[in-house]
Amino acid sequence: MPGLRPDLAVIADHVAPGSRVLDIGCGDGTLMAALRDRRGCDARGMEIDPANVAECVARGLSVIQGDADSDLAFYPPQSLDYAILSQTLQTTMRPDKVLEELLRIGRRAFVSFPNFAHWRVRASLLWTGQMPVTRLLPVAWYETPNIHHLTIRDFREFVAARGIIVEQAWYLAGDRVFSGTLANWRAEHAVFLLRR
Amino acid sequence: MALTAGPRPPNSVAAMATAEILTQSGTLELPEALPLDCGQSLPGTQIAYETYGTLDAARGNAVMICHATTGDQHVASTNPRTGKAGWWQRMVGPGLPIDTNRMFVICANVLGGCLGSTGPASPGPDGAPWAMRFPVITIRDMVRAHVALLDHLGIDRLAAVVGGSMGGMQALSLAANWPGRVDKVLAIACTAAMPAQNIAFQEVGRQAIMADPDWQQGAYYGTGKAPDAGLSVARMAAHITYLSEASMHEKFGRRLQNRDAKAFGFDADFQVESYLRHQGVTFTTRFDANSYLYITRAMSYFDLVEEKFGDPGAGLLADVFTGTQSRFCVVSFDSDWLYPTPESRKIAHALNAAGAPVSFMELSAPFGHDSFLLDVPALDRVIAGFLG
Repeated sequence: MPGLRPDLAVIADHVAPGSRVLDIGCGDGTLMAALRDRRGCDARGMEIDPANVAECVARGLSVIQGDADSDLAFYPPQSLDYAILSQTLQTTMRPDKVLEELLRIGRRAFVSFPNFAHWRVRASLLWTGQMPVTRLLPVAWYETPNIHHLTIRDFREFVAARGIIVEQAWYLAGDRVFSGTLANWRAEHAVFLLRR
Repeated sequence: MALTAGPRPPNSVAAMATAEILTQSGTLELPEALPLDCGQSLPGTQIAYETYGTLDAARGNAVMICHATTGDQHVASTNPRTGKAGWWQRMVGPGLPIDTNRMFVICANVLGGCLGSTGPASPGPDGAPWAMRFPVITIRDMVRAHVALLDHLGIDRLAAVVGGSMGGMQALSLAANWPGRVDKVLAIACTAAMPAQNIAFQEVGRQAIMADPDWQQGAYYGTGKAPDAGLSVARMAAHITYLSEASMHEKFGRRLQNRDAKAFGFDADFQVESYLRHQGVTFTTRFDANSYLYITRAMSYFDLVEEKFGDPGAGLLADVFTGTQSRFCVVSFDSDWLYPTPESRKIAHALNAAGAPVSFMELSAPFGHDSFLLDVPALDRVIAGFLG
């Protein structure tokens, strides 16, 4: 979908039209607005920053100010077609519990995250001996919201161990989706579509 | 449940058309007795209201604003009793978040009030003031009177209902008990069931009034005395709950009032004491003590689940909103300890569980519960954005 951040475009292009969606960590509501306006979805959001929530409300979106770590518990089981967690997993206190919650409340879940095993991150760590500051991870270690860095391989092992099914995966480098060859070296971002 | 008064001209209408805002004041007298939750019916009910702006041809741009405990219908017009500006003048008007250029705004004095709607100071069937013979009313009874007014004005469906504090309770009650009569519901700094701490504070206020010998079991009308001392104390106690510790500290600190040293007596040494006494005394000039008893009683009784199902244990809060067609926006303030954020969050989660489109946010503002009435630009943006 044009005009969206690349990982959001991947998600927007693969959400079934007319479905019921919860975007967790929805920011200013860009993805929700696209899903509503272009896919006819019933899109709801959860966002921790009140200024972003106010922005969403002004766009006519329905967003609850809340925290992915604690507030998903209030959603009934299997009440959504998709739970979406884009670029938020690595910021949660307990990513494992958040993922379990996603698949409790949603029949499917989209999860996207920055890949900490990208070659540039590896090289940076190897040559400088310092926590990498890159285009996609632009914040220094002491103030980054990313408190649980992970790699594509970590994520694949994690979901396999829990019997979670990967329906599809997309790998992005330089804002483009590529085939997935050597994904854990080459991908800056990954987007997974999961179900139980 | 809804009374039909039938579209007819208001009993009294004073039009004050200015270049900026078209304001109409009216009093509706219901042709039939108003059925109440306590089982009685109230004969001769009058509802004093104001409207701002113009109702469009499709009757689809009406926004009802519900006032808080001691508010009134003068939401954006000068209060004739105090000479002060309307209580939400910063929010309601041409080009303001509740834009009277586009919306037809209605605000009615609540049932049990003392600014024109029927309350304990109004004459009963025998011509003497109701006083404590006035039936105990509920939030839903107040809303029932609002609905009768909407029927009278020929408005089947509100574009929105907006309220803070007790006004928020009325907004929720309208959505829950009259589904289909409102598109958007904006509930600010309120609760779906009055918490024990708030009931406790209100009871202090009621006891202060009833302990005043001039209260005379409520029959003080025409005696030349009124429980002003008691009502004043009630207001002082309540006023504290509307502020925040930080805002009080900022405003008064431990500063002394017009003196350099403590007087070693019980005059108002501190500025905060002087301020509260002034608030209490001023309040007695504009509010009826019995109205205060009845309105706070209605709030103490408020429990949306009980309203809807007859028993507070008969269902979940989510069940109250099952099948609702309204969109909701729930707002709290971080410094409000009277209706703290968890109360609003409960409402938001219940609406979510009911599948209703709902937004919720906790805004940051320093003024405590009163934040919804004061200069909080973030609230302006939310209201303007939600009403669209």
